Amino acid sequence: MGTRRYQFVACLVGALALVGAACAPEEQKAAEFTPGPLGAVTVEPGAPIKIGLIQAISGDTASLGQDQVRAVEIAIEDKGGNLLEQHPIRTQVEDDLCKAEGGTTAGQKLAADPQIVAVVGSSCSGAAVPAMEILSGKGIVMISGSNTSPRLTSDLRGKQGDAYKLGYLRTAHNDIIQGLAAANFAFQKLGAKRAATIHDGDPYTEGLANAFGSSFKELGGTISLATAISKGDTDMRPVLTEVAASKPDVVFFPIFQPEADFIVKQAKGFPLLADTKKLFGADGLLSDTFIVIGQTEGMYFSGPATPTGATYQELVAKYEKKFGEKPIQAFHAHAYDAVNMIFAAIEKSAVKESNGTVHIDRQKLIDAMHATKDYQGLTGTLTCDKFGDCADAKIDVVQNTPTEKTIDQVRGNVLFTFDPPETG
Amino acid sequence: MARTNLVPPGPVVGKRAFQLPIVDGFLWLVRIAAIALILVGATRSIASARLSGQQWRDLVVFGIAQGSVYALVALGYTMVYGVLRFINFAHGEVFMIGAMTGYFVTDGLARTALWEAAPFLSLFIALICCMTVSALVALLLERVAYRPLRGAPRLIPFITAIGASFFLQYTMASLFGTSVKSYPEVEVLTGSFTLLGFRVLRVHLLVIVAALVIMAGLYLYVEKTKAGKAMRAVSEDQETAKLMGINVDRTIARVFGVGGAMAGAAGLLFGLVFQNVFFLSGFLPGIKAFTAAVLGGIGNIPGAAVGGLTLGMVESMGPSLVLVGLGIPAAHQLKDVVAFVTLVLVLIFRPTGILGERVSEDRG
Repeated sequence: MGTRRYQFVACLVGALALVGAACAPEEQKAAEFTPGPLGAVTVEPGAPIKIGLIQAISGDTASLGQDQVRAVEIAIEDKGGNLLEQHPIRTQVEDDLCKAEGGTTAGQKLAADPQIVAVVGSSCSGAAVPAMEILSGKGIVMISGSNTSPRLTSDLRGKQGDAYKLGYLRTAHNDIIQGLAAANFAFQKLGAKRAATIHDGDPYTEGLANAFGSSFKELGGTISLATAISKGDTDMRPVLTEVAASKPDVVFFPIFQPEADFIVKQAKGFPLLADTKKLFGADGLLSDTFIVIGQTEGMYFSGPATPTGATYQELVAKYEKKFGEKPIQAFHAHAYDAVNMIFAAIEKSAVKESNGTVHIDRQKLIDAMHATKDYQGLTGTLTCDKFGDCADAKIDVVQNTPTEKTIDQVRGNVLFTFDPPETG
Repeated sequence: MARTNLVPPGPVVGKRAFQLPIVDGFLWLVRIAAIALILVGATRSIASARLSGQQWRDLVVFGIAQGSVYALVALGYTMVYGVLRFINFAHGEVFMIGAMTGYFVTDGLARTALWEAAPFLSLFIALICCMTVSALVALLLERVAYRPLRGAPRLIPFITAIGASFFLQYTMASLFGTSVKSYPEVEVLTGSFTLLGFRVLRVHLLVIVAALVIMAGLYLYVEKTKAGKAMRAVSEDQETAKLMGINVDRTIARVFGVGGAMAGAAGLLFGLVFQNVFFLSGFLPGIKAFTAAVLGGIGNIPGAAVGGLTLGMVESMGPSLVLVGLGIPAAHQLKDVVAFVTLVLVLIFRPTGILGERVSEDRG
């Protein structure tokens, strides 16, 4: 008979617990907070607020992601490690491999955790597209410090990009702006009337080459040839024959190594292309191993401007102290701004109870992010548009001359800074 | 078509005779359409006068130079296939190791006085080193990875070859890093000169001449020496060759060694032309050389040379001549597509490849 008594006691305890759980505090909560259409994250008192990171941390592009992961760590330390007074900030880093497959896996992993409030990422536009398809379905906001593809936001003229999803924002520039900057430089500063473009089929290079082409035509120039190579090609002479035959004043090839190495080395053999001042690359080529090639002397490069100002120098100093080297890529400040925008939006949209439980409504968080206006970040004054472009994009055009020995010196040899007019 | 004659007379014939013309007719349609497309593309391209005659001739030279490298690598594939009926997929890596060796040797020599004083001697030393190292790697590969599997079903050494290919790639990556290695400038090879109206880069001339000499040497070796005769005998029939007192294992090892040496030479030439090498450099040229070997008729040594040159020419001329003429944008991106479509087309016209003859499958 003893078992039965135990069962009765267990039932009583269970029933009391249910009654207790349904009591006053729950009712108060219901009165204070109703989750929006996308749901909400509830953080218990003292429990961590979780931020996901989708960054390329392995493979060829590892430095791009690693740089941003480090910047996020510094931003969290600067914040004192806690958010909303008593909630420690926790991060979960997922590798995007700089590929669509990596973006899918990382997106699924983070979407499976209901406590993930927001995501900083991805490193590469190609990974952002599938990641955002998954995260947007869960109402999770994602902000990237280095995606630049126009497809993810808009063409900056009000036409939504085909991969735009609700909840996506970025602090990196839109490629349209870099294309415009490079075209302006080529047309106005170099006086080029005819330009050829070469991309390698990668969405980033293709988008940028096309953005350059359309801006150059709008300025009144002619695109003498828009062509492409494929990754892994080594013999560039046939394509350079075509390029030379189109008689360009400048050749814009925003591609990567090692294909670009072959282009510059083989271009030397073509009388029309032998002048390295006709060669124009983009930020993908601003690397130590590229600028040491003899034929890149005189070449121009466009890329995001290195931020200036005392606060940025502080970040660099902390970075060097913590990781023992200078920032390894160009987007750490953008990631730093991105994560701070998330913190600000969480602080603005979170609903706090007297016992310390915090509710973060997903829709309100997205709205708060989009409402960011005149935010003073390291990369400038950030204002988000309705498609998620928040960058105060400044594009530098630099030149590699014999006096520049290191990549930092080349980045510092700025000939032209493009500050786009407000597009609204 | 030849097969129609082989069909035994009987009730099946009626059925076959009804089916075959449809298949044949379709194939002929494909052939005619392919030729028509190529002709239309080529005429429109030439008529547009987009490229000058000089530039077309440049493209021919680029194609021959690239094709010579493919041909040298293709020889290794074709010789191994000839004796073992097996595709040595790690051959592209043997080529890459040749190019890597070339980098270390030329980089070292470039710091000595010899480099300036006797550039051709330095290059010859580099050539010997590359050929030796690649031949040794190929011999080791044969001894460690393939010989224990001799007599196993054909798929097994094939899969082993793919494994060996990865092994060699990542061994090089871990030994020497994944960074791109840059060959030093060779003063005597910079610049160009004009020959019979063709503007030839010096480095291309070196590649073409070296490839011709090496291939001629190989041809003499296979046709005129005793070891060459043994190779041909083993490729005809291993069992009978063994009965005739030929050491089959040694002959096969020799085939791998010679093929490896060719690939090593090709690696150095590749390095001199493109001045860059890294641990994955062997992959695409390997696939292309294999394509060249099939194109020329796999198992046939002159076929590998013809296939290599054809493939080089098609890659160089194809996009500009045909694709641009057909109005395809960014045609050079499709260079690899052009190469593989050519393979398919050639196989439609001649299923055994350009110079190939039908080899019986049960040999080897």
